[in-house]
Amino acid sequence: MMRLAVALLLSLMMALPAQAVLPDEVLDDPVLEARARDLSAEIRCLVCQNESIDASNAQLARDLRILVRERLVAGDSDEEVLDFLVARYGDFVLLRPPVNTSTALLWFGPLIVLALAGTAILLRMRSRRPVPASATQALTDEEKARLEALLNSDQK
Amino acid sequence: MIVEIGHYALILGLVLALVQSVMPFWGARTGDVGLMRVADVTAPVQCAFLALSFAALTYAYVVSDFSVLNVVANSHSEKPMLFKVTGVWGNHEGSMLLWVLILAVFGAGIAFFGGNLPRPLKANVLSVQAWVTVAFLLFIVLTSNPFERVLTPPAEGDDLNPILQDIGLAIHPPLLYLGYVGLSISFSFAIAALIEGRLDAAWARWVRPWTLAAWVFLTLGISMGSYWAYYELGWGGWWFWDPVENASFMPWLAATALLHSAIVMEKREALKVWTVLLAIIAFSLSLLGTFLVRSGVLTSVHAFATDPERGLFILLILMVFIGGAFALFALRASELRQGGMFAPVSREGALVVNNLFLSVATATVLLGTLYPLLLEALTGDKISVGPPFFNMTFGPLMIPLLLAVPFGPVLAWKRGNLVQAMERLWWAGAASLVAVASIFALFGIDAWIKAIAIGVAVWLMLGAIAEPLGRVKAFSSPLKDTARRLINLPRSAWGTTVAHFGVGVMLLGIVGVSAFEEEVITTLNPGETASIAGYEFTFEGMRPNTGENYSEVVARYTVREDGLVLTVMEPSRRVYPARNFPTTEAAFHTIGFSQLYISPGDPTDSGGMVVRFYHKPLVTLIWIGTIIMSAGGVLSLMDRRLRVGAPMRARKAKATAIPKGLEPAE
Repeated sequence: MMRLAVALLLSLMMALPAQAVLPDEVLDDPVLEARARDLSAEIRCLVCQNESIDASNAQLARDLRILVRERLVAGDSDEEVLDFLVARYGDFVLLRPPVNTSTALLWFGPLIVLALAGTAILLRMRSRRPVPASATQALTDEEKARLEALLNSDQK
Repeated sequence: MIVEIGHYALILGLVLALVQSVMPFWGARTGDVGLMRVADVTAPVQCAFLALSFAALTYAYVVSDFSVLNVVANSHSEKPMLFKVTGVWGNHEGSMLLWVLILAVFGAGIAFFGGNLPRPLKANVLSVQAWVTVAFLLFIVLTSNPFERVLTPPAEGDDLNPILQDIGLAIHPPLLYLGYVGLSISFSFAIAALIEGRLDAAWARWVRPWTLAAWVFLTLGISMGSYWAYYELGWGGWWFWDPVENASFMPWLAATALLHSAIVMEKREALKVWTVLLAIIAFSLSLLGTFLVRSGVLTSVHAFATDPERGLFILLILMVFIGGAFALFALRASELRQGGMFAPVSREGALVVNNLFLSVATATVLLGTLYPLLLEALTGDKISVGPPFFNMTFGPLMIPLLLAVPFGPVLAWKRGNLVQAMERLWWAGAASLVAVASIFALFGIDAWIKAIAIGVAVWLMLGAIAEPLGRVKAFSSPLKDTARRLINLPRSAWGTTVAHFGVGVMLLGIVGVSAFEEEVITTLNPGETASIAGYEFTFEGMRPNTGENYSEVVARYTVREDGLVLTVMEPSRRVYPARNFPTTEAAFHTIGFSQLYISPGDPTDSGGMVVRFYHKPLVTLIWIGTIIMSAGGVLSLMDRRLRVGAPMRARKAKATAIPKGLEPAE
């Protein structure tokens, strides 16, 4: 009876999409398998939202995982596997976009921002001269007294 | 009827927000105290109306009123009560209502606790707050009305997405919204200051507790979201660099920078312009996040319902507020004078380093998140920017930032001394070098990433402790004196120590699970055993089970260590008949700070099942670390220096000489 119930329930769940990496996909050679896993994390599951084929449950992801492993077994280098996929699906398939003219800003943007911001800070620190007292003290005497009272409230 | 009351209350809230967006602002311009005082009434009453509105929607969910479209689309009569209630915000309309409710709660908070603010500042802050409220209430009323009825009510609802039927939905969105929306206060203060053209150290002192509170909520909200994804999505990932995660992470980074720059502004009157800009940026990023998630520009689990019309509306709100804020900033920033000078090696200097790297990190995440959208819009080229990109760019930016963290608290203001700083920190540095060396010794030179990351984590944790120990002269004075001094340290100093320590703990967890995780993917038949990291998992079999609104098959695994039974783990596969939606429920068992994790897969024809076992070393430290960080924030909030209200009230009698318009509002 219990067996039947389990079987029935499981048949209901057969509609579930296949899970990420399945045992039958795993290669016997641990070195090749490790390479396949690392590569899979770099490849986008094209029909998913933002998942690598390594993490995705979609059928297409499974097909791609098997494809990657087939290429590796056939002796492709990691580069060749990725090139093969890009030729088929375009740059969209790579989760790490290639460096080229249209992605230069993406890749070097952070460095440019860091350099600009760093330079700005350095220049500012060098060029800063004491500001005339009148400019910093826009507060009236009463306001200063109030500010003083606020700032010193913890020292009581 | 109750639903109509809710709808009506929502509109009354909008009307009050409209009043509040004009009258106090006008009062502040003309110096009319009566008009300024209007906000003290409208803010709490508006909050009460929105609370009533929210309660009405909740009621509709609780009683499964299927004449309400929103309830039909997201609820089911057999859903457990907890998920009926959390389902209120498990959808677009309801979550936007929660958003404005929290906005109103913060507004009421300012009206109540802002008694010591100068009256015009308070009036302006509440008006700006009301502008935001009006925009979002209009958005709700015009495009996302949760109270819409259906003409012919169906007998049963469509149920809530089963992935959302989890305690996580009760915790993650409210915390996250408290954080997102809390940043609106810093924004309102910044805009009010720009409108008034006045900015002083007191401003920073008023803004800091609100920012800190928002930061604590945001930290916990993101962290709980991460934990939820970890146990619910099935393969134990805890951060995916998903655009929606980035949308919450960017305001967090900006808020973290803001917290630190506000310290400089409060103590030294420096970095004023920058602090105001950061306050604007932090809330702008919150708005951007709301736009990205709600508009459907990005597709993800978080986009419950997407609709171009809504997207356009939020984009409009976004442009008005962000554009307006930056324009105002550009007009007024030059009038705000910079204050205190400082040497590069000083506490200010360290906090500038903090701000530099946090800002660049924010820009990096922003660039990575928006670049594919922009590139496709401009050239039609489709690219993907995924985790490998963020790990390569964000990771290296964090190393100099984290290395600098322990220096901040031990350097003096104005002009610090690195030699003196190292006198306090040397032992933390030495211990971290030992940690690096031992990783190299154990795993070879190839393990340099692990080695650096663990070294930084040790440096952060010990470096955080070094500051209070040095301050109380531990080891060089009698133990009793040391203990007394430790207790008497200001809470904000403890807050810094605890929060920085938490960053180290979190980093240790991240390294632990990223570098040392083990995984086995296999098919087991009943009676068979798999082993991982010294633990043996024996598959005992499967049994059916019926939950409140689902059926499941529970698999049973006995876990043994050295032949002794350690525990039994029961992952399951569920079906929710209401939507005919299958889910998998992973099982996990915590050992120390590490976890064993079983993710159930497909059944096989021979009665076995595909299954994935993980050993996740130190993984819980990721969330424990973030909780420690938040605890640091709370400690700092409890510092009496931040609670300026209390001592002010005691002194009120003396404060009679304050000119008109500047007296405390209460």
